[in-house]
Amino acid sequence: MNELIKKAASLLEANEVQVVIGYGLGSAKRPQAIFVTTPAGCEQLIFDNRCIQNLAVYLTKQEIRKLGKPAIVAPLPVLRSIVQLVAEQQLTEGDLVVLGIDPDGKLLEFSSFKAIESFLSDHKIVIEEKYLKKIEEIKNMPVGERFAYWVELLEPCFKCYACRAACPLCYCTRCTIENNQPQWIPVASHLQGNLEWHVMRAMHLAGRCTDCEACYHACPLGIPIHLLNKSLIQDLSESFGDYGPKISEPNMLSSFDPDDKESFIR
Amino acid sequence: MSEFEPKIVAFVCNWCTYAGADLTGTSRIKYAQNVKIIRFPCTGRIDFMLLLKAFAEGADGIIVSGCHPNDCHYTSGNFHARRRWITFRSLLDFLGIDVRRIQFSWVSAAEGAKWAEIANTTVNNIRELGPYTDYAKVAVHLKKEAKV
Amino acid sequence: MQTGNYSINEPSMSKLFDNLAEKGKTMYAPKNRGERILFQKVEKFGEIAGDYLLTANSAKEVVFPRYEKVFSYKKTQDGILINDPTGNPFSEVVLWGSRPCDAAAFIPMTNTFEKDYIDNLYVKRRKNLLVLSFSCNTCDEFCFCTSVNGGPGNTAGSDILFTRLQTGDFLAEIITEKGKKVVEENSSLFEASTAEGKEQSLAKVEPRFNQDEIQAKLQELFENPLWAEKSRACLGCGTCAYICPVCSCFDIQDEAHGSQGTRLRCWDSCGFSLFTLHTSGHNPRPDQGTRWRQRILHKFRYMPDKSKIAGCVGCGRCSRSCPAGINILDTVTAL
Ligand code: SF4
Ligand code: SF4
Ligand code: SF4
Ligand code: SF4
Ligand code: FES
Repeated sequence: MNELIKKAASLLEANEVQVVIGYGLGSAKRPQAIFVTTPAGCEQLIFDNRCIQNLAVYLTKQEIRKLGKPAIVAPLPVLRSIVQLVAEQQLTEGDLVVLGIDPDGKLLEFSSFKAIESFLSDHKIVIEEKYLKKIEEIKNMPVGERFAYWVELLEPCFKCYACRAACPLCYCTRCTIENNQPQWIPVASHLQGNLEWHVMRAMHLAGRCTDCEACYHACPLGIPIHLLNKSLIQDLSESFGDYGPKISEPNMLSSFDPDDKESFIR
Repeated sequence: MSEFEPKIVAFVCNWCTYAGADLTGTSRIKYAQNVKIIRFPCTGRIDFMLLLKAFAEGADGIIVSGCHPNDCHYTSGNFHARRRWITFRSLLDFLGIDVRRIQFSWVSAAEGAKWAEIANTTVNNIRELGPYTDYAKVAVHLKKEAKV
Repeated sequence: MQTGNYSINEPSMSKLFDNLAEKGKTMYAPKNRGERILFQKVEKFGEIAGDYLLTANSAKEVVFPRYEKVFSYKKTQDGILINDPTGNPFSEVVLWGSRPCDAAAFIPMTNTFEKDYIDNLYVKRRKNLLVLSFSCNTCDEFCFCTSVNGGPGNTAGSDILFTRLQTGDFLAEIITEKGKKVVEENSSLFEASTAEGKEQSLAKVEPRFNQDEIQAKLQELFENPLWAEKSRACLGCGTCAYICPVCSCFDIQDEAHGSQGTRLRCWDSCGFSLFTLHTSGHNPRPDQGTRWRQRILHKFRYMPDKSKIAGCVGCGRCSRSCPAGINILDTVTAL
């Protein structure tokens, strides 16, 4: 912790960065994102396992970009999002300083985005056992029952879009769901509107989602929409090989292999 | 009692499958009349959401078809489409939308007979599966609420 | 208007629920749904969640559904036919298990929909709504009802307020004519009583600020760095507005289907970047800071300026659920 505070303060001191995006304790003693602009303010920085918000979401926000060059506290999920954002040309080298935190809580320094990418090649996305089980369980339901299960699960969604807002990769300033001339996906949160919204969200994140779970943690109604993303991660890695954010290879769904295999096209 | 006649929507690319289906006609090969063809510039342009829209409107089955790999008029539209189909199909399946009702195929401009065969088998398969109402039911509010 | 106090025991509570449900009323109550407790339709008394402080969603859906048909149209040979749903019968709804803050929220909500413009959809739903609330015997650090003229035993907005007494029985305070009717129709379940023991059974919710002072301060603070500062972590989602029992902004959407269609009103939020975006591309509230200012000003200045009642009942839902951990108290107490 001290290491992180010292490093962050020195970056601000030297004016190498103008803001440090990190975790601090809010008034209700909950960890929340803080934006530190003075070396002394770095004392507020904390990091522990309650710090689950994905801070990478702030890297593309205009309000935060206005604060100047950032340093960002980056545990694994944040590192993955950063690499994906780089792969999608949303960040360029020199835009930010990454204060990596390895799974043991140690501070990591990276000389380049490539260095993060190679660090991540030793920390691959693995879907947790409990989720694999859940996915399996859902897949084993008869098709009609499975549909009813999802309809029931998604019914309460009132389309607050917190899942979208919290996702570092949902950075579009104009989302497809907001197209209403003509309307494509119903805006109303009735069953069809909800289903199509979640199908669209999962599809637009297919091959890009880094399994950070920010969407799920954000949902005020606790709807486990990340199951859709997780199931796709599983299936895509089976179909197209090694899954995970990469700078050196094109995105999974914006590229192809002439030899892609499937068993359902006649 | 009249037999159930499935409603099938086919999303096809202009350059191969559409031309192929044309050839089916000019070759005077008869095939099921249940298939409504919608023409797209390329399979790469067939938005995944269109399939759900077809189900919402009451389609019992869907055909998605275009040029064989390496034959796409735009070089790689169908390669991209194939990846998307693999992804989309797996998502739909996970959501419990009946993917047995979606037939993907490659039909070239010269394959009039293959088109007839795809159309006929799809119609037969869907006839066996029966009407598809799961998805249309969640969309029924549209028609119901619009009733005057 | 207080029309009397009664007591009712636990078994009679479930009888009361059944009696109301049997009359064909739609029952809304807190019920487990996946990982949360949500206000939703319930059929049986046993489905109601036992232990909860507040539901994750608010109860506003019973008067202001998340999407609602305003009218539908159909083009015919004889011209365009319009169907106005306000002519339809509205079902009678019982909100069971609301908290005093949930109930109090119907007052500013009614100010919004029944003053100036009278919104018949709201009027009809509100008229058909029976509010049976339960006092709070616990609270958490996000609750601040006592700072906005409410409290854990506040009766405003409820038809009957039940308080679980230390004896295990419930005190039933009858607040309105609707509430009185419930007692009359179920008289065997109620016994006359006094309000004794109520205070001891209520949670202690410390006041956090003085609403009048806040209202006065907000007359001046339109341009202030505080807005951007306090909203820096804001993600611009709709959570705080959608779970707020008072927020009532909506968006008009048309769902067309050939030559017929439906006009819907759907919840909207001042936190969304599109909320005030003009066709020209200009946005008078260009960032989350100005949007956050709107949220606070609307609730703590504009609404009380206009009708004496704040647009916040202190339920704390927005702070509890904000995905970025923003606490509305931090802003209000920093003014
Ligand atoms: S955060 Fe939850 S309620 Fe909000 S849009 Fe996403 S799934 Fe729906
Ligand atoms: S979709 Fe969810 S899990 Fe995937 S990157 Fe976005 S927030 Fe993270
Ligand atoms: S819930 Fe939080 S993040 Fe979402 S708009 Fe409100 S304050 Fe911002
Ligand atoms: S603003 Fe927040 S605390 Fe106030 S009524 Fe709305 S949700 Fe509750
Ligand atoms: S033109 Fe036929 S698939 Fe691209």
